[in-house]
Amino acid sequence: MKISSSPHIRDRETTTNIMGKVIVALLPAAIFGVYNFGIRALALYLITIISSVLFEALFQIITGRKITVKDLSAALTGLLLAMNLPPDVPYWIPVIGSFFAIIVVKQLFGGLGQNFMNPALGARCFLLISFTGIMTSFSYDAVTMATPLAEMKAGNSVDVLSMFLGTIPGTIGETCAFALIIGGIFLIFTRVINYRIPLYYIGSFAVFIMIYAIASGRGIDISYLLAHLSGGGLMLGAFFMATDYVTSPITSGGKIIFGIFLGFLTFLFRVFGGSAEGVSYAIIIGNLLVPLIEKVTVPKSFGKGATKHES
Amino acid sequence: MAFLTFMGGIHPYDGKDISKDKEIVDYLPQGECVYPLSQHIGAPAVPLVKKGDYVLVGQKIAEAGGFVSANIHSGVSGTVKAIEPRMTVSGNKVNSIIIDNDHYFTEVDFSANIKPLESLYREDVKEAIKEAGIVGMGGAGFPTHVKLSPKNDSDIDTIIVNGAECEPYLTSDYRRMIETPEKIIAGLQIVVNLFDNATGIIAVEDNKPDAIALLKELTADIDNIRVNAVKTKYPQGAERQLIYANTGREINSSMLPADAGCIVHNVDTIVAIYNALIEGRPLYERIVTVTGDAVCDTANFRVRIGTNIRELIEAVGGFNIEDPAKIISGGPMMGKALFTLDSPIVKGSSALLCFREDVVSEIEPSNCIRCGRCVEVCPGRVMPNRLADIAEHGDMDAFVKAEGMECCECGCCSYVCPAKRHLTQIIAGTRKQILANRKR
Repeated sequence: MKISSSPHIRDRETTTNIMGKVIVALLPAAIFGVYNFGIRALALYLITIISSVLFEALFQIITGRKITVKDLSAALTGLLLAMNLPPDVPYWIPVIGSFFAIIVVKQLFGGLGQNFMNPALGARCFLLISFTGIMTSFSYDAVTMATPLAEMKAGNSVDVLSMFLGTIPGTIGETCAFALIIGGIFLIFTRVINYRIPLYYIGSFAVFIMIYAIASGRGIDISYLLAHLSGGGLMLGAFFMATDYVTSPITSGGKIIFGIFLGFLTFLFRVFGGSAEGVSYAIIIGNLLVPLIEKVTVPKSFGKGATKHES
Repeated sequence: MAFLTFMGGIHPYDGKDISKDKEIVDYLPQGECVYPLSQHIGAPAVPLVKKGDYVLVGQKIAEAGGFVSANIHSGVSGTVKAIEPRMTVSGNKVNSIIIDNDHYFTEVDFSANIKPLESLYREDVKEAIKEAGIVGMGGAGFPTHVKLSPKNDSDIDTIIVNGAECEPYLTSDYRRMIETPEKIIAGLQIVVNLFDNATGIIAVEDNKPDAIALLKELTADIDNIRVNAVKTKYPQGAERQLIYANTGREINSSMLPADAGCIVHNVDTIVAIYNALIEGRPLYERIVTVTGDAVCDTANFRVRIGTNIRELIEAVGGFNIEDPAKIISGGPMMGKALFTLDSPIVKGSSALLCFREDVVSEIEPSNCIRCGRCVEVCPGRVMPNRLADIAEHGDMDAFVKAEGMECCECGCCSYVCPAKRHLTQIIAGTRKQILANRKR
């Protein structure tokens, strides 16, 4: 007879299941990326995922730790990183990116659950700073062109519908807002993520954009708003990166503050920043504030401050 | 659909179907009976018998060793064989009275104990409850007469009978409610009448609609007793959560239910009060559910306290597997795993749960991924992930500051954790240590 402390039953959900569900939720947008950008996108996916998994295993072998690649977290990081790369980057870029994501951001800080920023986003920002030219050159149908967000920033008009459907230049996995929203809703309904961060992130961003549109004389410009919501990495960021368990607040109140903060930063970076995009940097900066946000949003324990009942 | 509930909680597989339709049947012990002198919270009882004495069913064999303590009565007739340490379900050896069962089950004259209720003062009722050795039979084993003696009687306005039975697999309270609802209602009436301002509530989870309907029908004409359907969710039957669901009042770990104007009793405890006052019978038997997938059949037995656990397993046809993985005394969420079948049923034993397989002992915990599920389900609204981290570092002050003492050890956090961390175990261990240090 076996002895252990109670409880004696456990829910079926495991870390591996959760990671698997996030991967499944990403698939529609990921597959669209291959459709949109061609076979090269598929090659980049494979290189990023395989090198992420290999780096994790290698690090764990060298440091004599338990090999945990079976939990799918490294594969997920690889997939997310690939979705954040322009389709034309040379094949060594994802290898460097995976190294930075897995070794520097994740493993050097203690592995799964210990990293203070999202590994895939950390790697994207690292690549953006180190290889700015490669990471910001986009092409579509073999023609180099600016992303719709950059066009908007330059004052040109854009087609909102193609931005929503994703038939535009951009990083491999970020263009199809429609597929990303479907994946996000799947994650909310399967209770993998909580609705609060995406809702407050996207919602507050929309409010800030509308206030800006009105203040800058555009008036209530719905197509401007929709273009901002569909464009860039907002949907990918709001549903899949900002909700990363490890680097977002665990408390309900913290999730709301975090979401609004990201909405504000993304608005600031996109409208007033040097580049047209701001989601990655917004989330990375938000990640750094998570311990602080959590500290001020600790839930009130049951019965705290209760007074004696008098009849 | 019941709306009375609390925040947090879980919905595990309830496993009640396999035993809920089994009528309560008497099981009379075949072998010796063992009575640990400490089967309640408080001071151990003091033996009143010695080796060689002949005792009857219902005879007091040990006396409360203080105000917070309880009398113990024999469930069999026979000769006292020894007074010596024996293994109990808690895993410790406890000084016990061992009675050699003569199989006659000769009873003391209970009718001598029966006095008309109208003639009794409130203190007499409490004295009768104390004399009958009644303790909380949901598992905690807190002496009932102590519960019924709050600082200020007039502060008590609600007596709650805990019929939630939120632990999976357990069906003993359900059978009580279906088979002898009138005893529960009469027992509750006795307790309600002890207080000037009190009304009674029988709180039942809404997965037992037949019990709710029956109790509602029988209490329709009783002004000061009502039946509340509470939402089916674990741990709805946890004392603090049950009080909140029924009254909206919150208490923290340093308060007593009486501070919320409430007293909560388990169904079996209320029946024991009825038995003591109306039938003159002290507490010497209880209902035990024998269930799980590792036994040939399931049952709800009326068992004499002191009965050997092995006998009950044999009474349902034994195990259906050579080597059952785990035997639990109580429910799967808060029960204790046994390492020997040779220990007795005590006043707080609600079930024997036998599993063919055990996932828990094979678990390899992995890193916390901060998914927040433990925080979401925690009925105490603390942060189990953080408490476990603090506990692992052994920082007692930080543990208390992070509200670690508010944990009720319900097990929800361990249940949901996808990384399979033993959160409850880690937190409970540190709580125990802190409580022990405080006593010193």
